[in-house]
Amino acid sequence: MTAVNPSRAGRPRERVLTMRGIGKHFGAVRALTDVDFWVNEGEVVALVGDNGAGKSTLVKVLAGVHPPDAGTIEFDGDEVTISSPADAQELGIATVFQDLALCDNLDVVANLWLGRELVSEGKLDEVDMEQRTWALLRELAAKIPSVRIPVASLSGGQRQTVAIARSLIGEPRVVILDEPTAALGVAQTAEVLNLIERLRERGHGVVLISHNMAEVMAVADRIVVLRLGRNNGEYNAADVTSETLIAAITGAIDNTGTRRTPTGRTPTVPADKTDDRPNADVIPLTSREPRRGRRRGGAS
Amino acid sequence: MTDEAIDSTGVRGSAERLWARIRGGDLGPLPVIVGLVVIWTVFQALNPVFLSSRNLVDLTMQCASIGIISLGVVVVLLLGEIDLSVGSVSGLAAAILAVGFVQLRWPLILAIVAAVATGCLVGLLYGWLHARFGLPSFVVTLAGLLGFLGLQLWVLGETGSINLPFDSWIVEFAQQWFLPEWASYVVVVVSVAAYAWSLIRRARRRAAANLESQSYREIALRAGALLAFLLAAAWYLNLARGVGVMFLFFVALVVAMHIVLTRTRWGRAVYAVGGSVEAARRAGIRVDRIYLSVFALCSSLAAVGGILAAARLAAANQSSGGGDTNLNAIAAAIIGGASLFGGRGTAFAALLGVIVIQSISSGLTLLNLNSSVQFMVTGAVLVLAVIVDSISRRTRAATGRA
Repeated sequence: MTAVNPSRAGRPRERVLTMRGIGKHFGAVRALTDVDFWVNEGEVVALVGDNGAGKSTLVKVLAGVHPPDAGTIEFDGDEVTISSPADAQELGIATVFQDLALCDNLDVVANLWLGRELVSEGKLDEVDMEQRTWALLRELAAKIPSVRIPVASLSGGQRQTVAIARSLIGEPRVVILDEPTAALGVAQTAEVLNLIERLRERGHGVVLISHNMAEVMAVADRIVVLRLGRNNGEYNAADVTSETLIAAITGAIDNTGTRRTPTGRTPTVPADKTDDRPNADVIPLTSREPRRGRRRGGAS
Repeated sequence: MTDEAIDSTGVRGSAERLWARIRGGDLGPLPVIVGLVVIWTVFQALNPVFLSSRNLVDLTMQCASIGIISLGVVVVLLLGEIDLSVGSVSGLAAAILAVGFVQLRWPLILAIVAAVATGCLVGLLYGWLHARFGLPSFVVTLAGLLGFLGLQLWVLGETGSINLPFDSWIVEFAQQWFLPEWASYVVVVVSVAAYAWSLIRRARRRAAANLESQSYREIALRAGALLAFLLAAAWYLNLARGVGVMFLFFVALVVAMHIVLTRTRWGRAVYAVGGSVEAARRAGIRVDRIYLSVFALCSSLAAVGGILAAARLAAANQSSGGGDTNLNAIAAAIIGGASLFGGRGTAFAALLGVIVIQSISSGLTLLNLNSSVQFMVTGAVLVLAVIVDSISRRTRAATGRA
């Protein structure tokens, strides 16, 4: 259950996923137009926008629910097509949807390993699964009283934890969280935000969809704003105010024109360079060390 | 599974956990066992013959065929679906057995295979209709109830009733095969030893993996209690004709089904689909295949039950699988504790439920009450069982064990 390939830890963070010029329309409705988006490993990217801005559509493109009409997706530098959820899973893109999709009648271990049960001698290997479940939960510092109680008896935050832990079973490179705190109370929200930090420490690229500005500012490294299906700004979470974000979300700031020129870098970087400090101009965005300490102090 | 949620070890710890579960509305087989004790006490008070060895031996033999049908119903209920046609399918299997074996002079084994295969095909048809067109299982199997009753009558043809020869082994199996006294004790000791060994092995592996495990004392206590109970039951039945091979076959099927449901990926998938179809689908479980396999299994078991019922009667006729077969099999599964809402229940529900149903039937027969009373009493018990299910479901929801 060692999540992170140890050799990965020392190196600079690699680009995992790059989407360029993504377009998607449903009939006459253009849900996404020419959207660029990328995720590095060990990075939390928040995806924000008003209702109908295209966040969910973009995530569903990533999850393989809706194949895109236009644009390219690169995973680890190779161009890929994600035409089904199974494709996404195979690549290492795990999605935790808002409704969690847990089986209430099954216990934590059974839910975590559902569809991927470990088997020895033709029988379920409960001991191994339970052991690995504990290891994973400890690694995430998750507070679950027992892994052998039905998930129905867990709190909302604990259920969210189980759902996120389940998405990690296949060791995905990218984890997408669709409004993970929407239905949670204050303490449980803090728990889930801590969990997101753990995911970053484990080296997963995290895509976080949220409506809550405070939460986004607290946990994200980079914030991507969508508006009316287009990119409308991209900010380093350390030096952006929620006023600026809200302005970008509502359209008071129109970044669609200005944004393209500086970020024109994305298409120009050759794929083979992505391993080796690919985007010199992106580094400032992701160098978040000083900020991190501050946030930690606040969170714990 | 929940009995492995462990905070404290030892016998006392497990007793405390059991009590906490019961208070939380997770009753397990408790209501049906209490119900059974009440029913047996009442009938014994009304007629002292009821608990005699002879009557209990008859009771076990009556349980087997309905119980096997009920076992299939339990699995379908675990999915949150229903099969209303098990009676008709069992009647159809009886008709195919009789026509193939007696009229067409097939070898017996071929007739049996044909009958079971027909049941399997019926189930595959249900599963396909359910998965492909999204038809509710209630409607599909209601149509099957009518359709396969018709097919049964057509297979039987003009005669309407076909007798099975008494010297065929299937009839002897269902009517006359009993374990010799020593063999019944050997079976008991060997199966309890196997049970204890599996518990010890699990406890060792869990201890080696640093997980909470059952103490040897607790295992010894469990295995000892089971051994004492089974030895006493075998001894009491041996006072009369003994343990019927057909009843043993039924119990073996129940135990095998329990192992498959709790220890294999397929069984886990059945519970998952019963808990949440969408969650199961997103977890990568091929939900359609689960439906297909479960409906096929249920109808196949219904066919096996029908064959044994015909063998016990030594005849297949137009009323084979008719009357109360269907309703008793479904009622037994529910009374035994399989939840109508899916995802909850164990294979042992079929065993316990069918014993309750047959006890009522046998007790009322001994009291010379006719079938009108029997139907009403069975109906009342069924309602009680569903009330218990609903209340425990609500308690579970209230205490967060839903």
